[in-house]
Amino acid sequence: MINLSQSLSTRHSGSKSMEYSYYPGCSLHSTGLEYGLSTRAVFEALDIGLVELEGWNCCGASSAHSFSHTLALALPARNLALAQETRLDVVTPCAACFNRMKSADYSLRNDAKTRSELESIVGFQYSGEIAVRPLLAVLYEDYGVDAIAARVRQPLTGLKVVPYYGCLLLRPPEVTQFDDPDHPKVMGELLQALGAEVKPWSNATDCCGAGLSLSRSDVVQNLVSRLAERAREAGADALVTACPLCQVNLEMRQTKDPKMPAFYITELLGLALGLPQASQWWPKHLIDPRPLVTAVGFAVE
Amino acid sequence: MLTDLMSETNGLAGENIQLCYHCRKCTAGCPVVEAMDYGPDQLLRMVALNQQEVVLSSRDIWLCAGCYTCATRCPNDIDIAAVMDALRQIALREGYTAGERDALLFHRLFIGVVQRLGRSHEAFTLGLFKVFSKTPLMNDVGAGVGLFLRGKVPVFPHRSGAASDVRAIFQECLTHDQPEPKPVDQAFRE
Repeated sequence: MINLSQSLSTRHSGSKSMEYSYYPGCSLHSTGLEYGLSTRAVFEALDIGLVELEGWNCCGASSAHSFSHTLALALPARNLALAQETRLDVVTPCAACFNRMKSADYSLRNDAKTRSELESIVGFQYSGEIAVRPLLAVLYEDYGVDAIAARVRQPLTGLKVVPYYGCLLLRPPEVTQFDDPDHPKVMGELLQALGAEVKPWSNATDCCGAGLSLSRSDVVQNLVSRLAERAREAGADALVTACPLCQVNLEMRQTKDPKMPAFYITELLGLALGLPQASQWWPKHLIDPRPLVTAVGFAVE
Repeated sequence: MLTDLMSETNGLAGENIQLCYHCRKCTAGCPVVEAMDYGPDQLLRMVALNQQEVVLSSRDIWLCAGCYTCATRCPNDIDIAAVMDALRQIALREGYTAGERDALLFHRLFIGVVQRLGRSHEAFTLGLFKVFSKTPLMNDVGAGVGLFLRGKVPVFPHRSGAASDVRAIFQECLTHDQPEPKPVDQAFRE
């Protein structure tokens, strides 16, 4: 678990350059298109370098582990091997990709037998010198909340939101090593730094139904509709996520009107940083967030 | 037929389900328990009682969304999500029909596309799922069109250069997971 008080201090000096290897994962080229676009734009605006892994593969989430434990670790281990060659910590925006890659890293680090098996299957030697980081950790722990607050051009005053973490960023905690699995704070503090009104609620770490979306859409409809309902009861007008599967489930499977949009955290960062590209992200949503964005005083094209 | 489902499950999952004392925290917090027939704690008990048929043909093992809520809350540190993964793997290996046919179909299509292309490809997976699943053909057509119009389901797959490496990894893992060949006389007695 991270030390939150320590993380609150601003560690971004502004002079030292920050650079990471970058694993976008499949969703950021498809259903999570605006997550990929906004991540690129925000990291560029904050002068955080991203070196995309060349020839990366799908990590197998959320299906490989139904067939083979070895396959579920070997697929992300290959990406980890690519990242290791860059000698840069690897940042992953997708919660599921992060979870799979961190699980592979955890096994490689702690289990000698699995390490030698994976090394032989993937054909590399694990050095353990780089860390697997979720996007939120890079923003919160490395760049720092204060440094982000200092870059805000137009605060998100009047935007009422609830942070929604879902499952795979936080659980299982001994693997993810990120924030508090029961009472996570990172996203709420980031959103506050952007000037948004963060509403407390009890469902931040509930499951959206994940990979059941196609085969049992009824189950997922119940789960996300309940989430939207609870968010509205908490006084929020939107949910904020850092997971492409959560986001698409939230926007595709809500059944009750009025439907509540789900923003990616990077989209709201881009908006508060005054990035002109933000207007290109909103039309990608299945639930149009533009009425809400204009209602809190932002122009949309 | 397995000799003992519990030791098989424990071995594959790297867990020890005898530690369960049925506090039912897992079942109480399970987000999909409403759709299940038994729920996680009953399933653990049935595994301990070697009720292979019921467990391995149950829909519950395919409904687990892998959210790790149970694993995080279990006072005995049983990673129940890993147990569910192990039960799915055993069910497939032993030739059981999946209790949630379409859930398995989705996983098969998803992983089949990854095996061939090195990356997942929504348009292929969604299209094939529509053709082979038992969900009504018109379900989700609106959502699919919505995604397509927003440029979110590219029709042509991206060539990543990873495909041949990934195929090799699949092959290696398949070989790795094969159980040791049994001595002839033992196989004969079974």
